[in-house]
Amino acid sequence: METAANTSEIDQGLKSELQKKGIVVTAIQDLYNWGRRSSIWPLQFGLACCAIEMIATACARYDMDRFGAGLFRASPRQADLMIVAGTVTKKMAPQVVRLYNQMPEPKYCITMGACSISGGPFKDGYNVLRGIDRYIPVDVHLPGCPPRPEALLHGLMKLQEKIDSQVIEKTEWYQKGLKREFPVPEFGPNGLNPPYNPEVFTPGQQRPITV
Amino acid sequence: MEHTLSEPTPTLDTQMLEVNLGPQHPSTHGVFRMNVTLDGETIVKLKPVMGYLHRNHEKLAENMTWLASMPFTDRLDYICSMTNNFAYALAVEKLAGLEVPERAQYIRVIVAELTRLVNHTLLIGFLLNDLGAFFTPILYAFREREKILDLFETISGSRMMCNFFRFGGVKQDVTEDFIPRAKDIIQRYPKFLDEFEQLLTTNEILMARCQNVGILSKELAVASGISGPMLRATGVPYDIRKVDHYSIYDRFAFRVPIGAMGDVYDRYFVRILEMRESIKILEQAVREIPEGDFLSAKGAAGAKAPRTFKPPKGDVYGRIEAPKGELGFYLVSDGSPKPYRYHVRPPSFINLTVLEDMTLGHKVADAVAILGSIDIVLGEVDR
Amino acid sequence: MKSPEDIYHDLEAKFPGAGITREGNAIVVPKEKWAETAVFLKENPEYALDYLSCVTGVDYKEYLECVYHLYSLQKKTGLVTIKVRTDRQKSELPSVTPIWRSAEFQEREAYDLVGIHFQGHPDLRRILMWDGFQHHPLRKDYVQENQDRPPGEF
Repeated sequence: METAANTSEIDQGLKSELQKKGIVVTAIQDLYNWGRRSSIWPLQFGLACCAIEMIATACARYDMDRFGAGLFRASPRQADLMIVAGTVTKKMAPQVVRLYNQMPEPKYCITMGACSISGGPFKDGYNVLRGIDRYIPVDVHLPGCPPRPEALLHGLMKLQEKIDSQVIEKTEWYQKGLKREFPVPEFGPNGLNPPYNPEVFTPGQQRPITV
Repeated sequence: MEHTLSEPTPTLDTQMLEVNLGPQHPSTHGVFRMNVTLDGETIVKLKPVMGYLHRNHEKLAENMTWLASMPFTDRLDYICSMTNNFAYALAVEKLAGLEVPERAQYIRVIVAELTRLVNHTLLIGFLLNDLGAFFTPILYAFREREKILDLFETISGSRMMCNFFRFGGVKQDVTEDFIPRAKDIIQRYPKFLDEFEQLLTTNEILMARCQNVGILSKELAVASGISGPMLRATGVPYDIRKVDHYSIYDRFAFRVPIGAMGDVYDRYFVRILEMRESIKILEQAVREIPEGDFLSAKGAAGAKAPRTFKPPKGDVYGRIEAPKGELGFYLVSDGSPKPYRYHVRPPSFINLTVLEDMTLGHKVADAVAILGSIDIVLGEVDR
Repeated sequence: MKSPEDIYHDLEAKFPGAGITREGNAIVVPKEKWAETAVFLKENPEYALDYLSCVTGVDYKEYLECVYHLYSLQKKTGLVTIKVRTDRQKSELPSVTPIWRSAEFQEREAYDLVGIHFQGHPDLRRILMWDGFQHHPLRKDYVQENQDRPPGEF
């Protein structure tokens, strides 16, 4: 993930000078990004083992709420972030894609754990999907089996960095008329049909390492 | 003018409503789906649909060495990885005729009972969450879980997926500070349970929501192969630790708590009592643990070169009392370094058989509570 | 507790000439006699095997085998292992769900993964895989769609 520092056009020296006098100067996109990254509401959606660590992250010891991401929403219509926490099986994949389609823009996706990245230890299974990035775009890949709660927090901070780097003119969900719908795979006699979505996934291509 | 009461309106004929709970649903403990037919709010039909987490554990195990399946068993019932290891190790030891050193037996019992504490505490947290006490009981439960998980991390290197057992013992000896720290946790745990119970056991809302809800009769429970706290809540004193005398459980004094009604409240309370009995076992075990080997010589050789480990031809069924019930492994060996057939008897999968019988006639909100009291983990239901 | 040998002799006496055999600790019952034997084992007070612990199917390449582990909660004895065999092509076995409810989901699973058709099961559908799935994955000759290595390799 390229998270180049957001090059705001305001002179940093002038900005701090004004701040001392009680005037805050900011660009509209900084304000947008600040608001967006400080209240990422995840979808309450656990698939397998990693979900327990996700709950542990939300609990008192690790306290995901410090990052504004502690409000788990049960409905995809109110969520910004889907944490795919666990093995995605072929039987479950259509539902995951459907849930992602139902989330409003801008939406983000963290794959938590080896299983949702590539199938992980269950990769050879006949009913295991080898990575949810075959059907939907993924923002942060978070390895581990399961990743520790600290790792999930780190992944969340990486996502915040990514949100911070968004520029109004370029980032696609700031443009008008964006509506992303990802085709939902169908059950075939021996697997899913199609086996991957060519718009988001190229077989053989290495996945970008993010964390 | 005198008021007259209007005639009561005749009951309206309404259509049956079919509701699909899951697979993404906050209260179904994972990717479990229930197809419910409702008459108003009352359930008239309920069909569980599973398989959304079917990860082909059994097929994968047929293509790897016996030992290589051990980390996969962690991921069966991912809340209690230690007891899953225990059941698998026990079954393979029975098949290969391996002895387990004394110290390893004690370590096994200690980690298994600590796992039972984790599981029951978490389950009560989740059950309360299902009843509408959003997240607060889970905060209490996870606070205690973290303490025990820290302990597991020091001995196995991993919080959740411990992969700690080997055939003929355990992976490594426990660290020096393990026993003092375990003693500390065991000493403090009853205090936490008292606090928990003070908040819950005589809580009016909990009693109103749980008592006389989801009653399971003794006869149906036995016929349906129900096991674990769910069977004992109906009043059947069946605990595999007592009947099979596996490992060294017959050395410890503990009782088997049973319920009277078999409702959700009994299932909650049996688990509280079971935790207190587990603490008794733990107290005795940490006091009596001897010095010695943690892995037998044969086991160490097998762990070092897993492809040379070839149990003799035959089949075996090994089972333990996991926190959720009878966890069994049916293994068939053809004398090769890989299992010919590897089958898991998952307790929560079979406990789901009676879900429909328990929920019929109840409101849809009760179905969630009843499901919560069964204590399912989808990694184990679907494997 | 009765040993497998005693149970075998009792069954032999009850069903003479039925072809009941012993194999290690297990008793192999021919499928034609299995329904009767199951009722006998459950109802007979000497056994009272009222708790069916585990049902599973195994593919032995020449035939399919269904393995039952029985326990008696009344007498606290067990486990008794019963094996019933069936043909691989036309795999049919009597369902024991009417006798022990606990077989309901386990037989559905054995049907789904191993492909044993249980006659008389109230609701024999796939339980883990989806309905349109065409194979029985736990059979030894099953080849999955994205197989990386030949079956049987490490």
